[in-house]
Amino acid sequence: MIFHVDSASWIIAPVILPLIAGLLCFLFNRKIFIIALAAALANFLVVCFLIWQLLNFGPMRSYIGGWQPPLGITLRTDGPALLMLLMTAITGLGVTLYARGYFSHRISDPVRAFRHQRQQRYFWPLWMLLLTGLNGLFLSGDIFNLYVTLELIGISAASLAALSGKPASQRASFRYLLISLLGSLTYLLGIVFLYRTCGVLDLTLLRNLAGNESGMGAALALLSVGLLLKTALVPLHFWLPPAHANALAPVSVILSALVVKASFYLLFRFWFELFAPIVTMPALNFMGTLGAIAILWGAIQAMRQHRLKLMVAYSTVSQLGYLFVAFPLSRITEGAEVWSIVIFMALTHACAKSAMFMAAGSVYLHLGHDRIKDLGGVRASLPVTVFAYGIAGVSLMGLPPSGAFIAKWMLLSSSFASSQWWWVLVIMTGSLLAMIYVFRVMSQFFVIPEGDVLDTPEPLSPLLEWPALILALISLFLGLFAPWPLHILSQGSTGLALIFPGALP
Amino acid sequence: MNSGQLLLIAILLSSFIPGIIIFCLPEEKHRLRTRLNLCGSILKIALILVMNAGIYYGHVYEIRIPLIPGVELLLNGDPLSALFATLSSVLWLLTTIYAVGYLEGSPNRSHFFGYFSLCVTVTIGIALAGNLVTFLLFYEMLTLTTYPLVIHRGTEKSLRAGRNYLIYAFSGGAVFLVAVVWLQAVVGPVDFSAAGFSPSYLDSHGPVLTIIFVLLIIGVGVKAALVPLHGWLPQAMVAPAPVSALLHAVAVVKAGAFGIIRIVLDVYGAQNLLLLGVLPLLAAVATVTIFYGSIRALQQDDLKRRLAYSTISQVSYIALGMSMVDQPLAVIGGLIHLVHQGLMKITLFFCAGNLAETLGIHRISEMSGVARRMPLTMAAFSIGALGMIGIPPTVGFVSKWYLGLGGLAGGNWWLLLVLVVSSLLNAWYFLPILTSAWFGKQKGEWPEEMYIGRYETSLMLLVPPLVTAFIVLAAGLVANAQISPLAWVRFIVRGYGL
Amino acid sequence: MITTLLYSLTGLILFGMGFFTLIIHSHPLRKILAVNVMGTGVFLILVATAYIPLGQGEIDPVPHAMVLTGIVVSVSVTALALILACRVQETSNITLLKGTKQSEDIKETGA
Repeated sequence: MIFHVDSASWIIAPVILPLIAGLLCFLFNRKIFIIALAAALANFLVVCFLIWQLLNFGPMRSYIGGWQPPLGITLRTDGPALLMLLMTAITGLGVTLYARGYFSHRISDPVRAFRHQRQQRYFWPLWMLLLTGLNGLFLSGDIFNLYVTLELIGISAASLAALSGKPASQRASFRYLLISLLGSLTYLLGIVFLYRTCGVLDLTLLRNLAGNESGMGAALALLSVGLLLKTALVPLHFWLPPAHANALAPVSVILSALVVKASFYLLFRFWFELFAPIVTMPALNFMGTLGAIAILWGAIQAMRQHRLKLMVAYSTVSQLGYLFVAFPLSRITEGAEVWSIVIFMALTHACAKSAMFMAAGSVYLHLGHDRIKDLGGVRASLPVTVFAYGIAGVSLMGLPPSGAFIAKWMLLSSSFASSQWWWVLVIMTGSLLAMIYVFRVMSQFFVIPEGDVLDTPEPLSPLLEWPALILALISLFLGLFAPWPLHILSQGSTGLALIFPGALP
Repeated sequence: MNSGQLLLIAILLSSFIPGIIIFCLPEEKHRLRTRLNLCGSILKIALILVMNAGIYYGHVYEIRIPLIPGVELLLNGDPLSALFATLSSVLWLLTTIYAVGYLEGSPNRSHFFGYFSLCVTVTIGIALAGNLVTFLLFYEMLTLTTYPLVIHRGTEKSLRAGRNYLIYAFSGGAVFLVAVVWLQAVVGPVDFSAAGFSPSYLDSHGPVLTIIFVLLIIGVGVKAALVPLHGWLPQAMVAPAPVSALLHAVAVVKAGAFGIIRIVLDVYGAQNLLLLGVLPLLAAVATVTIFYGSIRALQQDDLKRRLAYSTISQVSYIALGMSMVDQPLAVIGGLIHLVHQGLMKITLFFCAGNLAETLGIHRISEMSGVARRMPLTMAAFSIGALGMIGIPPTVGFVSKWYLGLGGLAGGNWWLLLVLVVSSLLNAWYFLPILTSAWFGKQKGEWPEEMYIGRYETSLMLLVPPLVTAFIVLAAGLVANAQISPLAWVRFIVRGYGL
Repeated sequence: MITTLLYSLTGLILFGMGFFTLIIHSHPLRKILAVNVMGTGVFLILVATAYIPLGQGEIDPVPHAMVLTGIVVSVSVTALALILACRVQETSNITLLKGTKQSEDIKETGA
């Protein structure tokens, strides 16, 4: 199953490519966009190639520099990792294009052209470094390496969040950085505990040991708390809305669609692979309950916001809850299905939320504000953006045929199969609340403003409108292509099915 | 991919592609837009007729798209879907012509006609859905595509109506989703072609299946406007007249009623429902809805609101027919009313729209003597109204006749009573309109008189109601002919072996 | 063994103290320092861990590599945090060294 270094060495490309691009972006002054776009494209192609490899040759691992564990750095591919990479690559490509349109539009405004130019100057290298961190995190097969990628993500994300330069965003990003540090340090402490008991860092080796060692509970708790802080699960979500809503639009997209997913992905892998033998039902129920609270609380907060971007940010808090509701329902589903719930939810949310933040950003550029009650008339001037917003909203609500619908279907059927009907109530209430906050904004778009229409500003660049629509469409039609992700998942089922053999009651 | 599958896809695309193109068209290209719309709808009718012929001769039209294990999208052309698809596509053509005339010169027409086309695509999708998941998919899509139409005017009032519509429809959709998942968890995937799941589940899961049935009916009952889930419908009257026609006769309410038919006949099946004993519940809800709608209709002075309550009342005849699923005649009555109610109600809405557009008449009290100003419109209106009351030879009589026969055959005398009382109520709220319109004296000026076109109003507004009124009469007269809606419904019912 | 335990406990206490300060104090500089103290605590435990597994005076090299990496990360993050804190001070009248003005009442509007 595990291939020799040559064919597996492609694994390193998704990490190296953005890293090189990021460094080049620092070095060069002009044409940075071309470098970033090339890197994003190349990253996408490499990910596609890796998926092809996975489908044909199965999971792979690569030891950097030929150093074997426990000393060397391990990178490995399997189904879930590659799907997360694909999510990052697609969304990343969209963000790269959108950011280009965004900065061009802002620089074309002579009032603060210099400042916006500087923002752009720093955006590209930081974004490339963030991409490096994300790809590294999804591919890493070594628990300490994961810490390094987490820090890399945290630093570049906090710097990106501070880019807008406004006081509110400075404060929010400072808090974001501290929270992220606190999370990483807790995570590091967890690693120390783990290393103390097991003496290895490699995930595969750890998995073999984890079952029969005592004292793993403390390590799991520390790792989880650290990651939960970064994932912003209620009640640890307080830092997220200001940080996401006050950032520049492309940055909001990246933070909301990708960064929170990274830490969640790790958390999920720990709970369902590494520590699966010691995870207990009460612990799973606890996570599920937090998730349920997150769904409802986030949605209620989103309904109450007066600004579009804050509304979208709270919607992220709510949507993250669905990922955790999958925890208690996982015991009765078989291996691949646990992953598929989470993966479908994450993929849909990544695409839909990026589309939504992009739409919100375009509306902001167009109107100069994002007060929900004054959005009238946008439908006529930005039809594509409004479409994108609507379709993304529909996907978030989990209507068919979106990927979230598939996830919700599986969540519902698992809760019926295990007679845990209360999750059904939470999930459906969450969908209805999502409907209310999505369409509260949507109906404002449809208001035909009284009096004169504001002297029609020049139309936005297609780069500001079309990436959002395409991502929204991907999220909506993901459900129709459900067999493909499922097929990829089943390739690298990573022993999950072994952990819960015949777990159906 | 065989020719049957291609045909199904072509049927869906024949309105989807024009819809997408229309979205992209600039506002002022109304000629091209109209042409696209008309070509699309005529093509759709032609394709559906081809499918109908194929179905009659036993061809199988089926597309399966597996999603996840146990969940698949299934498009399936069976006689029942042919009935609904034909009805919707014919009425869509007429409504499109009408809408072109109605919206002449108003803003945002590209959006309007775009959503209009998507809406009919989705409705045909509902007709062709071959299992509950597919039905759910299109059912939710229907809410999404009709919402922009309901709030098309962008006023405060229409936004409020739109909000309520969404809340009702999506709550119904959520309940429906839960019921579908639950049903699948209990009995596994059910295709509509199976005519009901195996009765062996009734012993082990009887109460659960009863609850699921109630949930399913609640889910579709929201769109079918069963009392007490009807609240959105009268409010949605703020939408332009073609949209009302669409909501009441072509798509939304019909989709709900069609859902009831599917659930009763195909998901549960007559046998299982009789064993579960839930049919009296459905009959009770239908009866209450019939009376409630009629009584509320009596109190309305706004013409469109009266018609809306009348819809609530009339659509429940379909549910009433389904509640006697063991009686073939009653089933025929229910099924045929799906077609007949659509024809009659769309006529009435077209006429109401004509009155509003040409003379600015919105209230019944303003209609006195209007027949002298607009004789053709009022003639069509009268035929529709008489049909609603059930006067032979209109189609309304045929529906009620079969329902009554079915009730008698099953020994349900109360059904006759329901029919008689409701017909009296119908007469009570329609006849005064007719008498005052034909025989009343005009009271002063019309509110906003406009002279559009050479005839009493623009030709595009006049022809659709005349055509539908003609069909209301003709289909009633030739009900027993070889080719008529009734003959097709008999063909459907034979297929169920009742 | 006792020495290792002592170091580990001290590390844990440092971590706890840092965490406490981070939560309680609102001053940006104190928060940054608190995070640094927490980091030091973790590194101390790591260094102490290095002694355990092999016994006989031999030292496990892996924790040392981890500590080195950790220190590098910590230094760079501290630099970034300081810059951000300076920016916060510039844009919103919060003095860094004197006084303990609230920096917590972050308004969610106004961007």
